[in-house]
Amino acid sequence: MTGALLFFAAVGVVAGWWMSRQRLMAKPWLEQGVIDEAPRTVPLAKIGLGVLLVGLGSLFALSISAYSMRMQFSDWSSLPMPALLWPNTALLLLSSVVLQGAKRAADRWDIQSVKIGLLTAGGSTLAFVVGQFLAWWQLDEAGYVLAGNPANSFFYLITGLHGLHVLGGLVALARTMYRTWLSDDVRAVRLSVELCAIYWHFLLAVWLILFALLTGWAADALELCRQLLS
Amino acid sequence: MTEIPLGPGGMSADVEDVELYHPHSWITKYVFAQDAKVIAIQYSLVALGVGLIALVLSWLMRLQLGFPGVFEFIDADRYYQLITMHGMMMVVYVLTALFLGGFGNYLIPLMVGARDMVFPYVNMLSFWVYFLAVLILVASFFAPGGPTGAGWTLYPPQAILAGTPGQEWGIVLMLVSLIVFIIGFTMGGLNYVVTVLQGRARGMTLMRMPLTVWGIFTASVMALLAFPALFVGAVMMLFDKLLGTSFFMPTLYSMGEQLKYGGGSPLLFQHLFWFFGHPEVYIVALPAFGIVSDLISVHARRNIFGYRMMVWAIIAIGALSFVVWAHHMYVSGMNPYFGFFFATTTLIIAIPTAIKVYNWVLTLWRGDIHLRTPMLFALAFIVTFVNGGLTGLFLGNVVVDVPLSDTMFVVAHFHMVMGVAPILVIFGAIYHWYPKVTGRLLDETLGKIHFWITFLGAYAIFFPMHYLGLMGVPRRYHEMLESTTYPASAHQLNIFITIAALIVGAAQFMFVFNLAWSLFRGREADGNPWGAASLEWQTPETPPPHGNWGPHVPVVYRWAYDYNVPGAARDFIPQNEPPPAVVAMQGHSP
Repeated sequence: MTGALLFFAAVGVVAGWWMSRQRLMAKPWLEQGVIDEAPRTVPLAKIGLGVLLVGLGSLFALSISAYSMRMQFSDWSSLPMPALLWPNTALLLLSSVVLQGAKRAADRWDIQSVKIGLLTAGGSTLAFVVGQFLAWWQLDEAGYVLAGNPANSFFYLITGLHGLHVLGGLVALARTMYRTWLSDDVRAVRLSVELCAIYWHFLLAVWLILFALLTGWAADALELCRQLLS
Repeated sequence: MTEIPLGPGGMSADVEDVELYHPHSWITKYVFAQDAKVIAIQYSLVALGVGLIALVLSWLMRLQLGFPGVFEFIDADRYYQLITMHGMMMVVYVLTALFLGGFGNYLIPLMVGARDMVFPYVNMLSFWVYFLAVLILVASFFAPGGPTGAGWTLYPPQAILAGTPGQEWGIVLMLVSLIVFIIGFTMGGLNYVVTVLQGRARGMTLMRMPLTVWGIFTASVMALLAFPALFVGAVMMLFDKLLGTSFFMPTLYSMGEQLKYGGGSPLLFQHLFWFFGHPEVYIVALPAFGIVSDLISVHARRNIFGYRMMVWAIIAIGALSFVVWAHHMYVSGMNPYFGFFFATTTLIIAIPTAIKVYNWVLTLWRGDIHLRTPMLFALAFIVTFVNGGLTGLFLGNVVVDVPLSDTMFVVAHFHMVMGVAPILVIFGAIYHWYPKVTGRLLDETLGKIHFWITFLGAYAIFFPMHYLGLMGVPRRYHEMLESTTYPASAHQLNIFITIAALIVGAAQFMFVFNLAWSLFRGREADGNPWGAASLEWQTPETPPPHGNWGPHVPVVYRWAYDYNVPGAARDFIPQNEPPPAVVAMQGHSP
């Protein structure tokens, strides 16, 4: 569970830093009058997304921990990574970069660029999902079926969990696109575009970690994590 | 008292208002409602309904244990199904849902001075997804083979193997229901956390929030982090059951034949389950801690002793509860050094917990104690929680836990500490806030009868279980056979416990009657019948309408515990009552 504990420690550090700025040393029984706090400028939806991402981060951290614990058993037999995962990674990277571009275009009130950005991101993300399905199909064809070896099971499970979150993101992206075309006004969708961009960065970061783990490059890092607690 | 200068915003009561959804029909007002208060009542009623089902299940279990063989329809399989459903329903679908979905929804916006939760639509979805989870769970009673009988911990491999009741449909429905519950909870949890972070009224700093809000807030954060562990575990077990993977399933032989599974690790599930399971104890306990602090302060007319320390203790308990999970696994063959580590962290939790207990007692010290029903329940909680907590110190130590593991001692411990204690708080809280929800008081005589039967009865049920456990009577056995070595007194004790359980259970139906009767015939209450200082009692109307506060949201000038302040006109000062300096300035303003 070291991976998960590291994640929780990081969350704890951020939460601790935030709490340290919240007057936790105050003596409320001695204070009367209005205490004005710093204006709340961050949109609610953005904070909501941030809290959601912490929960999702926990989900992936725990999945990785389970993976790391199981792979120490002697019957673990890593499966070959389909080459297709490389272009898939590039597609997700492209979506993330393009959405960041769309967000910047929204800051410039450039609705045309926002539209192009959303379309490109939607297309490349869809291609990523199709690519992941193809990678599954290739592995299945090559005999690496779901129940064949724990390594296979974990591969399908973790990529599946990630894929489901990508699909969820696509629903949000589709809604944003619908509203963009309907209103033709940057003001109506600026925040949504930014939220999509943040969510895609999260999906990309999670995917890069998963990719490194599943291909075995992160084996040393995992070993280091395990030794931290033993 | 320190005078805090008024901020640049002056004294205007207007803060940026949120846009409220206004229902247009009966259905959008009471069924697919987006008002947190209606959602709270929906959550509470469904959770209470599930609680009554779980209560009846426990009756059936006790009938079997007290009078083995008399009730022929309760065979071993049926008994396992009863304990499994009772446990899971009570822990997840009753306690978690009531504290967070019920009290969280009702109290957070009112106590922090908000008009509603920050994401009302998501809040509505949260309830309906929870309701779907309950339906799926209850459906397993009617599925072929009945509900799962794997024990509430659902340990593999037995949970999904032949021989365990409900291994065909029951376990699948249980796992799907848990997954759906977690999705629903995440929607609610987001609301509770973000509303506390961003929805507070002007002047309501974090350190002015009532401890109830602190408890629910911290528990919600913990749940958002811990429930994913159960989610992952449930998904993996579902894969094992339906798709033939072996995440948790080792190589197994049945009737001389090797099963399709191989190489999985049952321990992996235990780690995931308890990584959720232990924080879950505090997800239930922290809101109870917060609520009981407020009940004691109001009904003893005393400011809460050590407010700051209470807040820090809540945070410390929340953080520590993530590094104790393996104390549920001492008998799993773990490295002794791990056992030592987890025993140490477990015992450290006793420190912030003890701080809270001391502070409650010191709040009572020289207080003007009114022994009304809510206060009786709050006091009973303290005693019961201390009792359950002390046996927790026993079980937290590896050498004591190993012989007591899987005995009735464990059943007694966790029922005292996370069954009876939080339920007492729930009752106290319902008696306390019912007048705010309905505008009428619950009947006090019925309430006191309910209290004494429940409180004394709970001890009659669970105290003897400690002795049974020390004798070595195992938990989860559907009967103690005559050939075993237990003395006759153990059997007599079981009969006694069963009779007590039947009486205590019946008293709960009296409580349900009180809830319904008082709704129409209860004594009418004004907006603040207890003379409480916190914000929810200061609404212009009772019950508070949609939007809570009328034209202006309140401004907060003080903490929630100004009781018996020297020189004050009344024995409490509401949080939104301006100090004299501010009143004078308002008098001079144009």
